Amino acid sequence: MFPFCFEWAWDMGHIVFMGGLWYALSIIGAGLTFAIIKSIFDSTGGGHDNHDHGHH
Amino acid sequence: MKETPLIPAGVKRCSKWQFSIWMAAVTAVLLWGVYAMFLIWYKGLNQTNMNDAYGFALWIWADLAVIALGGGAFFSGFLTYIIGKNELKNIINYAVIIGFICYSSALLILAIDIGQPLRGWFIFWHANVHSMLTEVAFCLSCYFAVLTIEFIPLILENPKLDKKPFLHHLSHNMHGIMAIFAATGVFLSFFHQGSLGGVAGVLFGRPFAYREHIFIWPFTFFLFTWSAAAFGPCFTILVTKVTELITRKKLVKDSVYQLLAKISGWMILTYIIAKTIDTLYWAFVTAPSKGFTLMDFYASSTYNIGILFAEIVLCGFVPGLILITKRGRENSFLLMTAVILAVIGVSLNRWVMVLQVMAVPLFSFNDWYAYMPSWQEVATTVLPVAYGLIVISLAHRYLPVFPQEKELNPID
Repeated sequence: MFPFCFEWAWDMGHIVFMGGLWYALSIIGAGLTFAIIKSIFDSTGGGHDNHDHGHH
Repeated sequence: MKETPLIPAGVKRCSKWQFSIWMAAVTAVLLWGVYAMFLIWYKGLNQTNMNDAYGFALWIWADLAVIALGGGAFFSGFLTYIIGKNELKNIINYAVIIGFICYSSALLILAIDIGQPLRGWFIFWHANVHSMLTEVAFCLSCYFAVLTIEFIPLILENPKLDKKPFLHHLSHNMHGIMAIFAATGVFLSFFHQGSLGGVAGVLFGRPFAYREHIFIWPFTFFLFTWSAAAFGPCFTILVTKVTELITRKKLVKDSVYQLLAKISGWMILTYIIAKTIDTLYWAFVTAPSKGFTLMDFYASSTYNIGILFAEIVLCGFVPGLILITKRGRENSFLLMTAVILAVIGVSLNRWVMVLQVMAVPLFSFNDWYAYMPSWQEVATTVLPVAYGLIVISLAHRYLPVFPQEKELNPID
């Protein structure tokens, strides 16, 4: 999973497999981090609370 | 200060005691499954009836079936957030909940099936990058994370939680970037559904499953992905209709069902045509080249040619043709018949791809391999059903799952 694991090799299999995994995890993590930070900012008065509730 | 109620405003729910009796009954079934699960974890896989012939058994069928049925979540998300079918926003919440239940169930079953769950993390840490099942494990786990993220904003819309400013904003902000998560979910689903199909196609020691040339790539991959996208929405429709029946309320407008059913119908029809081509090439070219005839694979009293007819025609072409016609979709009996047949069809396909593959004799001196699941296997397969009923009951009672419910069921 990581280059410091004993069985790691810099071959195409590891780069494609692990690259795909870390790519997906990065998008999920970045999206979640953005939502949390923006919510902290919004709830402490930094943002505008003028959105409607029509989100579904 | 007046207490905020837990139940969303403007909707009617059954009384507390009715709900408690229902939950107690389902929890009893759940506890039976949990007991069997701990028995397996404590005593080991000797609690099952799996053997050398059946390395894949009831659990793997259940796994593949719930993953296919849960495909309604990624495909509905794709249609709603990527293609822009806004009408489906009225059912997407429920599709996500059903997907969440299906995928968490799949992971639970895998945690039981691996025998030593404490070593479950090895599949990530010491990944075998040459295995399609490693990719399935990666995508399954990541997609479950995506489904959890898609479910969280709905939980945060509970009236009590929504009162907290941070949670209110978090729900709104997560909704705002839901298209990114939906797109990630489609990407992940495409790969793990495809690889599950691919696994069967490369079993060169199992001539019932083995395919050659383009019938491995892209056929085995696309058949599984396509079937999950085609049949998954039918499961969403079926569960929503059953929920309406139990709650005695209309929860979603007919136009929403019609749209989802129409798309699903065309997907089923195109899938089943591709599946027929695959089956014909396998039956008349691949299998004979390995010394088998078609009927060698259907010579058992359990697995006779009727199972092929049921999978392709009765539970494939029939629901597909019903759902693509306006008259078929608008007739509630035909619509229900089609979605039930479709759900049976995809479950039957996964059964055939897991259990019939194992049952077929490999040599002329072999008999058909027999397998009957132990009660522990049955209980742990029923466990996710009870768990799903509990999640659905709680979600329907306490969360604003159906945006059209208030409009369709006005309270005087």
